[in-house]
Amino acid sequence: MRVTVRLFARLRDLAGTGELTRDVSAPATVQTVWNALVAEMPSLLEYERTMSVAVNAEYARMAASVNDGDEVAFLPPVSGG
Amino acid sequence: MSVELVAVTSEVLNLEALTAEISRGASGDGAVTAFTGLVRDHNQGRRVTFLDYEAYEPLAVRALHRILEEARTLWADTRLGVHHRIGRLEIGEASIIIVAASPHRGHAFAACRYTIERVKQIVPIWKHEHFEGGEVWLEGATADPEDENARQAAYRIACA
Repeated sequence: MRVTVRLFARLRDLAGTGELTRDVSAPATVQTVWNALVAEMPSLLEYERTMSVAVNAEYARMAASVNDGDEVAFLPPVSGG
Repeated sequence: MSVELVAVTSEVLNLEALTAEISRGASGDGAVTAFTGLVRDHNQGRRVTFLDYEAYEPLAVRALHRILEEARTLWADTRLGVHHRIGRLEIGEASIIIVAASPHRGHAFAACRYTIERVKQIVPIWKHEHFEGGEVWLEGATADPEDENARQAAYRIACA
């Protein structure tokens, strides 16, 4: 199945893109998608303990399940205001 | 034209319009408070030249709505609006405006303060700081809306 990955701020800079698609095999979780991503781009790994994640623009946990067509976002610590 | 209570926008923020919307038809209110966040020219010893704000917009809008819901639960008689600007902002420009109206000034002040503290905790927006000699992504809190400790910390600050 295919998911859209969204990356923001420094994670986007490290990856060189803010949006990409990846095929992962079902059943998958956010963790599955993240593992696939850091296997390709090890520099992202520094965010594993500080980032937040979202599925279809709702905050989620790493263990949340991911379905075909979902948008999975990885978010560095926020700094709005 | 009505003004949205929540907005994430690249347009210049309009405090007067948001204040008018919050105050509209509210004869029972005794207080309106407003908070405006500005881009300042220094940060952690660096001379800031401008900020570029990035957002995960649909989630940022949802997170802002969630914060207003939280504030309404805490101060039920208070009405609130919050607009956050994104994109390139020059020194002195407003990055965020928050307006609260309530029968009681204490509630209006507290709701305003609570909202900005929560924005900094859970809204997926990032500052890309450009300064003399470089640029850096600022990183604050790991966003977790379910983190009760963070929520209580914001409440304590709001009521201090």
